[in-house]
Amino acid sequence: MTVESTAARTPRRSAGSKAGTTGTKRTRTTAKKDAGAEPQLVQLLTPEGKRVKNAEYDKYVAGITPEELRGLYRDMVLTRRFDAEATSLQRQGELGLWASLLGQEAAQIGSGRATREDDYVFPTYREHGVAWCRGVDPANLLGMFRGVNNGGWDPNSNNFQLYTIVIGSQTLHATGYAMGVAKDGADSAVIAYFGDGASSQGDVAESFTFSAVYNAPVVFFCQNNQWAISEPTEKQSRVPIYQRAQGFGFPGVRVDGNDVLGVLAVTRWALERARGGEGPTLVEAFTYRMGAHTTSDDPTRYRGDEERQAWEAKDPILRLRRYLEASNHADEGFFQELEAESEALGKRVREAVRAMPDPDRFAIFENAYADGHALVDEERAQFAAYQASFADEGGN
Amino acid sequence: MAEKMALAKAINESLRRALESDPKVLIMGEDVGKLGGVFRVTDGLQKDFGESRVIDTPLAESGIVGTAIGLALRGYRPVVEIQFDGFVFPAYDQIVTQLAKMHARSLGKVKLPVVVRIPYGGGIGAVEHHSESPESLFAHVAGLKVVSPSNASDAYWMMQQAIQSDDPVIFFEPKRRYWDKGEVNAEAIPGPLHKAQVVREGTDLTLAAYGPMVKLCREVADVAAEEGKNLEVLDLRSVSPIDFDSIQASVEKTRRLVVVHEAPVFFGSGAEIAARITERSFYHLEAPVLRVGGYHAPYPPARLEEEYLPNLDRVLDAVDRSLAY
Ligand SMILES: Cc1ncc(C[n+]2csc(CCOP(=O)(O)OP(=O)(O)O)c2C)c(N)n1
Repeated sequence: MTVESTAARTPRRSAGSKAGTTGTKRTRTTAKKDAGAEPQLVQLLTPEGKRVKNAEYDKYVAGITPEELRGLYRDMVLTRRFDAEATSLQRQGELGLWASLLGQEAAQIGSGRATREDDYVFPTYREHGVAWCRGVDPANLLGMFRGVNNGGWDPNSNNFQLYTIVIGSQTLHATGYAMGVAKDGADSAVIAYFGDGASSQGDVAESFTFSAVYNAPVVFFCQNNQWAISEPTEKQSRVPIYQRAQGFGFPGVRVDGNDVLGVLAVTRWALERARGGEGPTLVEAFTYRMGAHTTSDDPTRYRGDEERQAWEAKDPILRLRRYLEASNHADEGFFQELEAESEALGKRVREAVRAMPDPDRFAIFENAYADGHALVDEERAQFAAYQASFADEGGN
Repeated sequence: MAEKMALAKAINESLRRALESDPKVLIMGEDVGKLGGVFRVTDGLQKDFGESRVIDTPLAESGIVGTAIGLALRGYRPVVEIQFDGFVFPAYDQIVTQLAKMHARSLGKVKLPVVVRIPYGGGIGAVEHHSESPESLFAHVAGLKVVSPSNASDAYWMMQQAIQSDDPVIFFEPKRRYWDKGEVNAEAIPGPLHKAQVVREGTDLTLAAYGPMVKLCREVADVAAEEGKNLEVLDLRSVSPIDFDSIQASVEKTRRLVVVHEAPVFFGSGAEIAARITERSFYHLEAPVLRVGGYHAPYPPARLEEEYLPNLDRVLDAVDRSLAY
């Protein structure tokens, strides 16, 4: 299963094949308005919580147990609770900024739960749900938003890289990492998260090129939440984003990003392809950012309420709840317990943030280099002497 | 007919005037249209001038600057916005290898009147890549002009001049001063774009700064005055070219110079100023030229930025050290 021995396969799900039935003209001119209803969207759970058959993807969730389904539900509820807590902590001045994932829980939990422990995740800055799936303590995510560090966790302890603020950069890191995985002959996979806006960046195009050329075991997971701050997806692309993969020589697929089951299935498929030496895949999770871009953003300047209301009807959590209830996979007790667990999580996060100390001022000079650097040493000493001059005054 | 307005508003008014007076002027960038930019510097311009003059671009900085170069080759005068200092680097290649060099490469045949606006600097409690001062990285490149206004009036006039310049101008906007108000006289006759300005006369020492640090230096001079020290404050306004004549004239009067900027001191603009002024005015100096700026460390997280950024005490400390020679 070496890189050399596996020739790139013909894409299975790109514009030319399955999606071709849609007609390019139509998708072009109305990409945004009715894209959610486009026939090529993979969906296993309807907004009403009905399980629909899918010949291609059902097998990836065939053995899923009621307990696992409840687990997905729990993940989404707790992630939403965490997110809400962080939003209010920002309002209370405990965080400088927050990038909410409200509405994107299914995209993140479905894909995050599809990863294996030895897979490696390259997130952008909004992947709190994926972090949750990787076992990163949610409180750790808050350090950079509070302004006490610029990341703050060890990416190797959960195979979850640090958040990346510069748009698109991490897709190249993911590709390189995946090239390394292939060189090592390991069978793990790599997944890179990015937004619809990020899909315009040169780095993302270059990562597509490299991953295709080297048949790297990487899944590009684009959360198309419809907006890049104030710019709708049409300002990034005239074709649905998943179709871009075809031009690079690997498959792309669009999944209903608010359907946790669909996302789980499609991501499992893509990760298995990667593990099996079949190279990169682009997954476009078609979802919606229900809140502001970040707490500094004012979405009322560029979009109306109706849009959000339409998407609320497709809420990922509500949808799974309906399915769990209709299929008797969860009882009232489960939901009540989860409610209590949510509250406890909120409380724990709040306390953790409030207890988070400001960093020591000498932290400025820490870790600029691994080997040390004479200039840093000199400046640190000057800084210390300067600080000490105040201490003297204070002692007077 | 002077009017009091915030620095961000002054740039907005200046862009409006440029769009009105020259149909070749274009505004381009991420979120510059409906949103009016994340700092609202382009607020209302798309509404009044339309989507073909005020262009929301795909999220791609290399694309923004690269296409601006092409538009300029076609006779347009694009004014592009980079959303924050730390996001200019995807465009750095286009700026350094193409924008800066095409005029020379074409033996002067091609002119690239492109303005790259970059909100820069710290002090607003932001996350990583939103607080940096990369001006030296651009000033080091021949073919680019680099300027930074410190007040509303300069912001208004320097933007007019940058757009009218046939050379590419990297226009660094001091984001933490966006909301500071000042008089803007739209009928005044502005001084040259690259001329430094004495904003406070003094006799004992010269403080040289630009952009966000000018206000700090004025405050330093006020505090120093209470201690009986009479400091001169020079607003350099331009980092490339630098008006060394004005610095020299001031230093030969005060005999002492402290340069203040937010960017790291190491290889920063202060280093260039110190070296040139030492060459020009060696026998006039009573003390080595001192610099106050950032450390050789990544810009720290928000809760440490006050320790990192030059502040009143750090500049006063440098003033004392200079005067002690
Ligand atoms: C290179 C770069 N340019 C600009 C920005 C500023 N910025 C931060 S997020 C954002 C929009 C991103 O949209 P998208 O990629 O769709 O992701 P989303 O935030 O919607 O998940 C922009 C323009 C940045 N972080 N990096």
